[in-house]
Amino acid sequence: MALLDRHAASRDAYKALRDTAADPFGVRFDAVISPTEGVVDGRPTILLGTNNYLGLTFDEACVEESVRAVRERGTGTTGSRIANGSYEGHVELERALEAFYGRQHAMVFTTGYQANLGVLSTLVGRGDHLLLDADSHASIYDGSRLGHAEVTRFRHNDPEDLYKRLRRLKDAPGEKLIVVEGIYSMVGDVAPLREIAAVKREMGAYLLVDEAHSMGVLGATGRGLAEEVAAEADVDVIVGTFSKSLGSVGGFCVSDMDDFDVMRIVCRPYMFTASLPPAVIASTLGALRRIQEAPELRHRLHANAQHLYDGLTALGLATGPTCSPIVAVTMPDQAVAAAMWNLLLQNGVYLNLALPPATPDNRPLLRSSVSAAHSIEQLDQVIAVMGKVARELGVLEGEPKRALG
Amino acid sequence: MQLVTDPTVLEVAKAAEAVLEREVLVTASSDISRDLAVDSLALMNIVMELEDRFDISIPIDRLSEVQTVGDLAALIDNIRNKV
Repeated sequence: MALLDRHAASRDAYKALRDTAADPFGVRFDAVISPTEGVVDGRPTILLGTNNYLGLTFDEACVEESVRAVRERGTGTTGSRIANGSYEGHVELERALEAFYGRQHAMVFTTGYQANLGVLSTLVGRGDHLLLDADSHASIYDGSRLGHAEVTRFRHNDPEDLYKRLRRLKDAPGEKLIVVEGIYSMVGDVAPLREIAAVKREMGAYLLVDEAHSMGVLGATGRGLAEEVAAEADVDVIVGTFSKSLGSVGGFCVSDMDDFDVMRIVCRPYMFTASLPPAVIASTLGALRRIQEAPELRHRLHANAQHLYDGLTALGLATGPTCSPIVAVTMPDQAVAAAMWNLLLQNGVYLNLALPPATPDNRPLLRSSVSAAHSIEQLDQVIAVMGKVARELGVLEGEPKRALG
Repeated sequence: MQLVTDPTVLEVAKAAEAVLEREVLVTASSDISRDLAVDSLALMNIVMELEDRFDISIPIDRLSEVQTVGDLAALIDNIRNKV
């Protein structure tokens, strides 16, 4: 038996998918021209699946700062901060995150994935308890496996279920850390954070919110769901990423916890990986300034999301119950989902084909992420193409189904 | 097929049927992934259902030691006996 034979089922499922459609997990862009336009197989293509919520990947000032940083500081740090030291940019970005969130401490990671691995495996350990929303991102599950805490899942966005599971652990020794996400990445629903915070207070737990998809998107100043629902005082730790609204790559954690900095010498996903290169730090600092100076980006994002959501819902597609910058359409089965995804790409619209088990309720999704940089004309074109393709495939026949939130 | 009499194994079967929404024929020696075609996410959902049926907490980090239905039933009995 060959080593990779253990993945035979995945290999066969992937092959079956590729036989029916262009490879949905291997799209190649000939060029990316702007936050919303690329070229695939020589065709101009609208980008609607890139999490580029504020469209800052081509922001002129961010690009210039990045270019200056690479010229002045070089292409990479060639090692971790504990071994090779911090550049002033790393420290400046941590100060900027502290100021933005109004928290005492911040720590920057090389990816958002590593931020969750690092924080979840370090804050709790053997004898402690992690309580994860059942629909948590893979990085949260993987972080829970890297540490040694006992892991309990609660039903998605269900504070009463969380309460029930915490009650079962009432007499168990150890700390309890609840983990939720601001916006869930597959269908764009938000956590009932105030209710979860109330359970946290009553049961004496800690609360971590992953604002990866909600930073720059929710809240009066873009700090995320906790700001939007005025629950920041109950949130002990915020984790986030630079690879969505801030248009670069990297992750972070902010908190007011005492002894925060001890994490820098015990948190392995921080210690044993190269730190972010100067060019990435520079554009991220620029983008963080930009989201504070330009709230109109956030307003345009929400107007664009509403436009797409209303348009797709009016067509009779199975959009979710509430509008968010993630607009997901539930598909009846994988064959139709793959066929529709493929036809959309051939008609110049790129979005994400999301398949179980990464999706809730074992249903395939066509997942869009809207950007402030989309024009209304682009969104109207998307709606027209979606309507045409859905009619060709008979997806609009019968009662419109609703995606579950 | 041998007759299943262990009450915990029977409850695992019922929980699996509730989560998978299909008939599930099991014995204690059934391999969860191979014989029941249950992936890791479905197994976690079955465990969540079992936590509610027995009103206990079954930490999912303990599932690394579970391969068969009997393993899962033994883990549950072990947790219940400690409560």
